[in-house]
Amino acid sequence: MGVAVLSVFALAGAAPWLHRFGRGRTGWLLALLPAMLAVYFATFGNRIADGESISLSYRWIPSLGVSLSFYLDGLSLLFTLLITGIGALILIYAGGYMAGRSDLGSFYAFLLLFMGSMLGLVLADNVITLFVFWEMTSISSYLLIGFDHNRAESRAAALQALLVTNAGGLAMLAGLILLSQVGGSPEISLLKTQADAIQADDLYLPILLLILAGAFTKSAQFPFHFWLPGAMAAPTPVSAYLHSATMVKAGVYLLARFSPILGGTDAWTGIVTVTGTVTMLVGGGVALYQTDLKRILAYSTVSALGTLVLLLGQGTTVAATGAMAFLLAHALYKGALFMIAGSVDHETGTRDVDRLGGLRRAMPVTAAAAALAAISMAGFGPVFSFIGKELLNEAVLETETARTVLVLAALLGSAMFVAAAGLTGVRPFVGVTRATPKPAHEAPMSMWLGPALLATLSVILGVAPGAVERVIVIPAAGAVLGTPPDLHLALWHGFNPALTMSVVSVTAGIGLYFGWTALRRATPWMNVALTWGPARIYGWSLRAIGVVARTQTLLLQNGRLRVYLMVTIVAAIGLSAFTLVSKDSLHGIGSWSNLRFYQVGLAVVMLLAALYATVTTSRLAAVAALSVVGYGVALIYVWFGAPDLAMTQFMVETLTVILFVLVFYHLPRLRSLSGSLSRARDIAIALAAGGFMTALVLAASAGRGQSRLASYYAEESVPGGHGQNVVNVILVDFRALDTLGEITVLSVAAFGVFALLRLRPTGKERRTARIVGSPATDRRNQPPPERPAVEMPAPHDMRGDDV
Amino acid sequence: MRSLILRASARLLFTLMLLFAFFLLWRGHNEPGGGFVGGLVAAAAFILIAIADGPAAARTAVRVDPRNMIAVGLLVAIASGAIALFDREPVLTAQWDTVHLLGLPEFTVGTPLMFDIGVFIVVLGVTLTIILALAEE
Repeated sequence: MGVAVLSVFALAGAAPWLHRFGRGRTGWLLALLPAMLAVYFATFGNRIADGESISLSYRWIPSLGVSLSFYLDGLSLLFTLLITGIGALILIYAGGYMAGRSDLGSFYAFLLLFMGSMLGLVLADNVITLFVFWEMTSISSYLLIGFDHNRAESRAAALQALLVTNAGGLAMLAGLILLSQVGGSPEISLLKTQADAIQADDLYLPILLLILAGAFTKSAQFPFHFWLPGAMAAPTPVSAYLHSATMVKAGVYLLARFSPILGGTDAWTGIVTVTGTVTMLVGGGVALYQTDLKRILAYSTVSALGTLVLLLGQGTTVAATGAMAFLLAHALYKGALFMIAGSVDHETGTRDVDRLGGLRRAMPVTAAAAALAAISMAGFGPVFSFIGKELLNEAVLETETARTVLVLAALLGSAMFVAAAGLTGVRPFVGVTRATPKPAHEAPMSMWLGPALLATLSVILGVAPGAVERVIVIPAAGAVLGTPPDLHLALWHGFNPALTMSVVSVTAGIGLYFGWTALRRATPWMNVALTWGPARIYGWSLRAIGVVARTQTLLLQNGRLRVYLMVTIVAAIGLSAFTLVSKDSLHGIGSWSNLRFYQVGLAVVMLLAALYATVTTSRLAAVAALSVVGYGVALIYVWFGAPDLAMTQFMVETLTVILFVLVFYHLPRLRSLSGSLSRARDIAIALAAGGFMTALVLAASAGRGQSRLASYYAEESVPGGHGQNVVNVILVDFRALDTLGEITVLSVAAFGVFALLRLRPTGKERRTARIVGSPATDRRNQPPPERPAVEMPAPHDMRGDDV
Repeated sequence: MRSLILRASARLLFTLMLLFAFFLLWRGHNEPGGGFVGGLVAAAAFILIAIADGPAAARTAVRVDPRNMIAVGLLVAIASGAIALFDREPVLTAQWDTVHLLGLPEFTVGTPLMFDIGVFIVVLGVTLTIILALAEE
């Protein structure tokens, strides 16, 4: 299993390279792997059906209890088959849809990256592993939605999807961590046995809300549904795969997976059912006010996800089985319809329902597949989704609280679903042929194969549901419920209330379909109302974050080197001095015994040199005076037996002087630019900083006897570090990680200085850049700001009043 | 202005300083010295050339781009830490081995020396990158 997940990631890495050789056939070639994986996972079917589950664990971060553990049961099996099966068809489809694009290789790579992440997500047993794969699906979805990265609309949609799903994902992480603490294990399979204890815990409600936040954002539940229609900016293969068949169902998967642990309580039933119902109705209703094929499908997907969430909220035997059957059916027909919408767009140049008609003549195969998929989506006839719909009807009919509301909602939702099915699967293909931007013709085989297969499959499964029932639907429902349900899927249930509901909703749906144009004309205010969705709140909060960021940047990062220094120093010494005084650490410092006359002499020389550096008008003299202080410090190191430090100090002082001398070439004459008031302030700050450092060093050396670290290092140096020089052993062995960090920082600083010196635009470039690039359109060509936010001690930044 | 005395003595001092730098690096584990100060001394040797004969002469003497040195040094340091992984120990755990070379008295070598060599190269590279770039302004 681990190898299966890994192989997809490996193929993702190799895809761009394979595309160089495969050219037009790459899609077919790449599809081999998911197809084989589908067969591989299917071989587990019999064992799963017998009630077994397969688990596997690798060590990952044992100290944090994180292991790379995988778990295959009925629920995982259903998802793995969807991911690999539909994934194979999508890869083939993408080869046709995106044929001729130079970046097709990286498109395949992103698609496979997503496939691997999604497989990992549905197989994960450890909650942290689950979270990691969860976020990886968000990231690969971001890459795929924004694939046409030259379009601002694509980038905005990708960012919106990422921000919404990631916000939920972070909430979910918090929930998962709390859950594993309360339940005593990070493994979902073990948490299931602790369900009663978890539900009785005080933290149950926070855990539930946090995990639901993750599930609801991922599965586009109201009020987070707005990112899904936005994500239609993605190339159509992505919409068909991620945003209808797989990724958006990850939230549903999460609910199903945690339903045995968190489900069954009043809070669960209430929140999940209400959210699902509202989403179902909002999605279905808004779908009818769209004319773009993909957007109609996107809102109807929102509606379908709402239905699934509603069923999982109910959590009864019928509801859970219905949810699994509906999920499978929806993946089949919605994947097909999305691919068909893509084919129509590809071959005619438009996706606007109002401009399409009579395509059955030009695209007979696609039209046939569309008709089957539309029947399947309507859920009426010898199709698998009919079984799912009947179970939905039965489930709402047997609820105890608010039955009338739920029954009416289910009727309305189904009716709108039927209308949306007609709009996307029937309307473009019937009636008079209309002129389209491109003359319509049949799509290539790679593009009709997927929809045709999926549509046919939903009919076959409808007529003979036995195979999927035993191996997939019942074990999956079993994973949700805890025990496999004793139900049989069949098309014909006899004349019962559920069938009546189906007949009523389909009749109403057909009515809606024919009255669609009239409905839109009668309610023009709806189009205005729809622009006031939760997407507005998203836009506002994004702008608010921008305003806050700008304000605080102007406040703290105002570009004046002097202010930076002042803020840093005052804050550092203020806070540290407070601690030093409040902890009474200054006690017992200030014993002046053992002071030699030459030490006093050196101190006086250093003080005089420091004073001279502040009053001299010659730069060279100031630098020389400062280096007197530096060499004096080195001398103190020698006296107190720290030759390593002394040596380094000598070298650093020498190189600093050289550095200053080199910089002098580029500096203007030394002038006094500040007034007496600011000079007094600077003197005060400087004296405070110096005084504080002195006190700190004295306090530190006064408390030195308590430290066990020094003696530990001294004792362990030879036996543990094979070296006599304790300082060096500490640097390269005991605390080598610190040293590694320091040399990394040094390297970054060196490249920073180099970049400031060498890569800054010359005077001429600056002027032209200012004329050519306006700030809003082209940020890359903008000249660096007059006062860079991060100032390095490079010469050209030291001109002006900051010197 | 180029001073003849400085140029003549720089040749001599350059070699001595480089030797001294390696000496500091080698003995650092048991006596004062180490990769950091060794790197600084080596950098000072090249900077002496830069002062005496100009930055171009110093670049010729270095032979490689100092920026590449930074990368190589970091790689050496990281590689020395990664050796511990082969013995299934945490990264940067020191690994020691006693070497018997024909005829020579046996001596102990370990990854800390390799790490120190990495530090040496990084410090040399960083100092030269900054100072030579400034000197060429």
